[in-house]
Order: sequence, then structure tokens, then C-alpha cells
Amino acid sequence: MSSGVLQVVNQEGKFDPKLDPDLPQSELHKLYRTMIYTRVFDNRMIALQRQGRMSFYAPCVGEEAAHVGSAYALKPEDWLFPQYREQGAMILRGIPLEQLVSSLFGNRNDVCKGRNFANAWGDRSLNIVNSSAPVGTQIPLAVGAAMAAKYKGDKIVTLAYFGDGSTSSGYFHVGLTFASVFKAPTIFFCKNNQYAVSVPTQRQLGSENIAVKAAGYGMEGVQVDGNDILAVYRVTKDAVERARNGEGPTLIEAITYRIGPHSTSDDPSRYRSQEEVESWKRKDPIKRLRLYLENRGLWGEKEEADLWKEAEDMVSEAVRKAEAAPLPTVESMFEDVYKEMSTALKEQLQDALTFHEWG
Amino acid sequence: MPVLTVVQAINKALSEEMSKDESIVLLGEDIGVNGGVFRATEGLYQTFGSNRVIDTPLTESGIIGIAMGMSLYGLKPVAEIQFLDFIYPAFDLIVNELAKFRYRTGGHYTAHMVIRAPCGGGIKGGMYHSQSSETYFIHTAGLKVVMPSSSYDAKGLLIAAIRDDDPVIFLEPKRLYRSIKGEVPEGDYAVQLGRASVLTEGEDVSLFTYGAMVHVALEAAKKAGEKGISVEVVDLRTLSPLDFDAMVTSVKKTGRVVIVHEAPRTLGLGAEISAIISEKAFLHLEAPIARVTGYDTPYHYSLEEVYLPNVEKVLKTVEKTASF
Ligand SMILES: Cc1ncc(C[n+]2csc(CCOP(=O)(O)OP(=O)(O)O)c2C)c(N)n1
Repeated sequence: MSSGVLQVVNQEGKFDPKLDPDLPQSELHKLYRTMIYTRVFDNRMIALQRQGRMSFYAPCVGEEAAHVGSAYALKPEDWLFPQYREQGAMILRGIPLEQLVSSLFGNRNDVCKGRNFANAWGDRSLNIVNSSAPVGTQIPLAVGAAMAAKYKGDKIVTLAYFGDGSTSSGYFHVGLTFASVFKAPTIFFCKNNQYAVSVPTQRQLGSENIAVKAAGYGMEGVQVDGNDILAVYRVTKDAVERARNGEGPTLIEAITYRIGPHSTSDDPSRYRSQEEVESWKRKDPIKRLRLYLENRGLWGEKEEADLWKEAEDMVSEAVRKAEAAPLPTVESMFEDVYKEMSTALKEQLQDALTFHEWG
Repeated sequence: MPVLTVVQAINKALSEEMSKDESIVLLGEDIGVNGGVFRATEGLYQTFGSNRVIDTPLTESGIIGIAMGMSLYGLKPVAEIQFLDFIYPAFDLIVNELAKFRYRTGGHYTAHMVIRAPCGGGIKGGMYHSQSSETYFIHTAGLKVVMPSSSYDAKGLLIAAIRDDDPVIFLEPKRLYRSIKGEVPEGDYAVQLGRASVLTEGEDVSLFTYGAMVHVALEAAKKAGEKGISVEVVDLRTLSPLDFDAMVTSVKKTGRVVIVHEAPRTLGLGAEISAIISEKAFLHLEAPIARVTGYDTPYHYSLEEVYLPNVEKVLKTVEKTASF
């Protein structure tokens, strides 16, 4: 890692005691568990897609530490505005696995009634605003919510996740402008995973890195080793504290790598080398935390094996339940367009019911 | 004659026109090294280089604004928007600048450019990878709007669009990219913009449609034919400006009209066609004009079969209209 990029634990699991946030064992285990669950979940969803049981999926393999570590720095009352590749943050905050899978299947049990394509998770009870596919739109929303909280006198912060590609979106610049002008308690968390589909990060910026852009908006900008969960936690916690104390927003650039394809429709061999992927696999964030735990005598073979088995079983159970659920009803397609169904929609519902019976 | 898929035909149009005219450049996300997420620009980066096939930063407003600036300075950009659903950040530039440049500068500046975008549903892409939002553009004076339904038309219309002096929104039904194949002549030919095409001649009912729905309409027409109803399927191809003559000629013959589009019903193109026919051919009508369209809901992910017009819906509507 280059200078200026915060790292607490290196690739070999050696850590700097001065920087170590020194979390209690139970908390470290929680972080590790969440990352393992996330990895197992990802691998299973990809397998389901390959088997033709699911239409599409976008995995987060390799990026677990960046989003789990940052989400962990928030309190439950803080608001999260995800992009789509933060599975681990969803799991950490408490969205049940079955809910995540039901959303992907678009079945009747899905809290969003089967309306969304891939990775559009959220949960109002957990202060996670459902993500949507158009890149960058969540960024100004996070700022607006933070300004509203400030207006109401609530001591909460908001955090928006986005990728390196999203920093080219106008919404990124709009969000940073408002946040800095109004000192909104927002954390802009960029997961720089080196690619936006096939386009490398260098195509998104002429500046030295993403974090330096913060200076232009008069806010703090920091770079962190995104595969080092303790470093990610540390910088995010600092940013959260500043925001909560009224000191305004922070832009965090977590440097990581998308080990998997952009999505199950993507073929990364068209635009990057296998050597590059292998070099990043050696920086695996899960392995990094495991080495740290082992070095501190907080983890062993037995725990490791048990945890993987447990995660596999839990994911299997979630898939089993979600796959058995039926499709949403035809009626439900016409609900929630407005609070009250319009006359046109009532007519169209009748039309759909008639035709659907023939189908 | 070579048989090409729709996406191959689009690729051919781009590469042939680029070889002839150095002022043509392509801009878009993932269109270079990756050849486009649907592979419409496959191989073009290798052939024409990174100066002409530009992998852009991820910003649609950037792509359109930059392309427009290039066109003012004499280039002929063809911009790709990865999915029509993601065009909205550029909507301001399209509606307020691109569409009005010729008009507000008294014809001194024009934007000679094409915006290509995959549109429509049928690929299980949910509400952000399936929208049919052609109406916004058809409603905007100064834009031409085109949507092919076959490989032949895809190449010919795209060549015509690239050569056209007005800005053209070129909408590509993504579901047809690989599912439809057809003979495509090598080399230069253009399909004139603003002309509909009569795909099957018929006496009893006129079926006006475009894009992916053409294939649903053809299938329904075949089934109607087996039941003794003769259907004339008209592929509009250019949605703005519309081919009034083709529609009126057909209505004069059949007196009955069914319009099919997958875009939502309210203010979909069907509404305009229906008004035009009432204005220009009312006395020839023998039945109410009927529409089979997408519903006025966002595009549903898991119930897309319910959302989309299908052969059964079109056939029933044709039968009802024929027997009115
Ligand atoms: C406005 C918009 N344009 C294009 C797309 C298509 N698209 C989906 S994800 C993506 C790349 C996003 O890259 P980045 O923000 O770096 O996040 P990552 O996928 O790498 O996690 C693109 C171009 C989109 N979803 N929204």
C-alpha cells in the first residue's frame, strides 16, 4: 500500500498495535462471521445463476471488508444508502438471508413484492434505503436525509456507498457540494474496486486518486486499505464521529478489488488479466482478518471449519425457503404505483387478470 | 447474402460508416475494450482505435454533452447509452440543447449525432433494464426517433440515422439483438427515415406496431389468418416523424385498427396514432381503435410475462375488433 493509505493489518496478518482499534473478541468474531456468511452467500448465488435457477446476480467477492467494516462503524439509528454490492453490510445490519434471497427470486415473500431485479436490497426497519440500479442516485439522497436529520435535531449520520465509476456521475458532485455547503453529517464511502464493469478507475479521474477530490469541496478525504477491515472500521469511525459532532462530511476511498465478474452477465477476461486477479486474491480480506485473529490467538481450525459449515447450512436453508415461495399475485403488480389505485390501473388490472387466466 | 443477428447488423452499420467517414466517432460506457455490454461495438476499438471508439467515464450527461460539443465542431458522434433506462441524467441536454439547437440558432448550428440505446423488456431485467420510454423523445420537437425490428432494417436505418442532419434517437430492442436473424446485404444501403413498412398485406384489420412487438404481431396475424381474419401488419420503424400516409392508406383498406406497443398505455405512441387516424380517416373506420400495450405500472421484474403484450392478447383484440 502506498503512503497515505491507512493500513492496520498487513497481508501477513501483522498489525500495528498503535493503530489497532482493539475490538473485543466477540466483536471481532462478529465481523469475521459476517464476512464468511457473505462469501458463502455470494458463491451460492452465483451457483444458482449458473444452474439457471436465478436470472442475474452481482457478487461482492473480495470487497467484504470494505463494506462490512464501514457499516460496523455505524449505529443502528444511522441511515445507510447502499449501491448494490454491499451484501455483507446487509447481513451485518440484520436483513435475514431469506429476505435477501427472496428479493433475488422476486417471489411473493419478498418485502418489495418481487418487483426488483438483482441486489436491490433494503429494509425500512433497519434504516437501509433500498438501492436502485441507476448509478449515483443514492448519493444526494443520503445528503438530503442527513440535512433533514440535522434540521430535526437528530444525532444520526448517513452513509452512502458507491463505486469508483460512480464518482463520474453528476450526482456524486452534487452530493459533495451540498454536503460541504451545509455541513451535512454524511459519509461518502467509495469502494474503489478498480473497475466499473470493464472500465478501469484511471478512466474515471484525472486526479491522483479519488480521496483528493474532497479537497475541492472543502471536506476531509481519506484513503484506506479496503481489504483491511480494521483499518476500514477505524477511518469510518473517525468520520462518523466528526459528522456526529457537527464537523461535517468525509469522503473515504477504500482501495479494494472486485475478484468476481461485474455480474453474472460479465466476462472479465475481455478486459483484465488472470495474473492481476491472482495478485489481488493474495490480498483476500477474509484471510487477512483470519491471520490477525490467529496471530492474537483468537481463532483456530475447529472454529474455522464450524463457521463455514454453519454458514453453508444457513444459506441452504434460506435458499430452500425462498425457492419454494410462489410468484407474486397479478393484483400486487398494480399496487403501490400510487397510494390509491387509479381508475386506469383498476381497468388494467382487470385486463391483466383476464389475459393471465388464458396464459 | 450473409445472415446476421440484429446486433451484428448494427455492428456492421457502425463499422462500414466509420470506414467511409472519419468524422464519425463512438462514445459510451464499456464500448471500447469490452466491445459493449451487448457487443454492438465488438472489434471496433481494435479496428479504429481509442480516439474513435471512446470508453467514457460513467456519466450519461457527460457522454451526451461531450458528443453534442463534438458535433458542433463538425464530428458526427454516435453515442451509446448502455440501457435506455440510464439516459435520464442526460435528459436536460437532450431536450433543452440537442433538440433545440437548430431552431434556437436559426439553423446556424446543428447537432449531427445519433444516440443509440438498447430499449424494452423481455430479458428479465426488471424496471431499470426494460423501460420503453420512447414517448419522451417523440414528444420533443427536433428529435427523430427510430426503432428497427429486423437485421435488415437495423443496418439500413442506422446508416440513414448516422447520415441524417438531425439528431436521431436510435432505439434497439435488446430482446431482438440475438433472437432475430436475417439477410443483410454487404455494403452501402440506407432505409429511409420516416417510412413505415407493410410486412403482411391484409384486408380486415390493420396492426400498427414497432420494435420487438412486431414479432408478436406477426405471430398473432398468422394465427388470426388461420381463423379467417386477414391482418395487415405495419412496422412503423420511424416513430418520429410518423408515416401518416402508410397508416391512412392501410386504414382505408381495412377500416379496423389495433395498435400494439410495449410502452405504457397512457400517452404511449398508440394514443397519438389513434388521434391521427380519427383526424385523417374517421369515415373509413368500422370499429373502435384498440390498443394492446404495457400497463401503467413500472416494469415488473418477476411478472414480466403479465406486463408485456403477448400473442394471446393481440389475437383476442384482433378478433374482437374484426367482429365488431
Ligand atoms: C446511470 C447508469 N449508467 C450505467 C449503468 C450500468 N452500470 C451498472 S453498474 C456500472 C458500473 C458501476 O461501477 P462502480 O460505480 O465503480 O461500481 P462497481 O460496479 O464497480 O461496484 C454500470 C456502468 C447504471 N446502472 N446506471
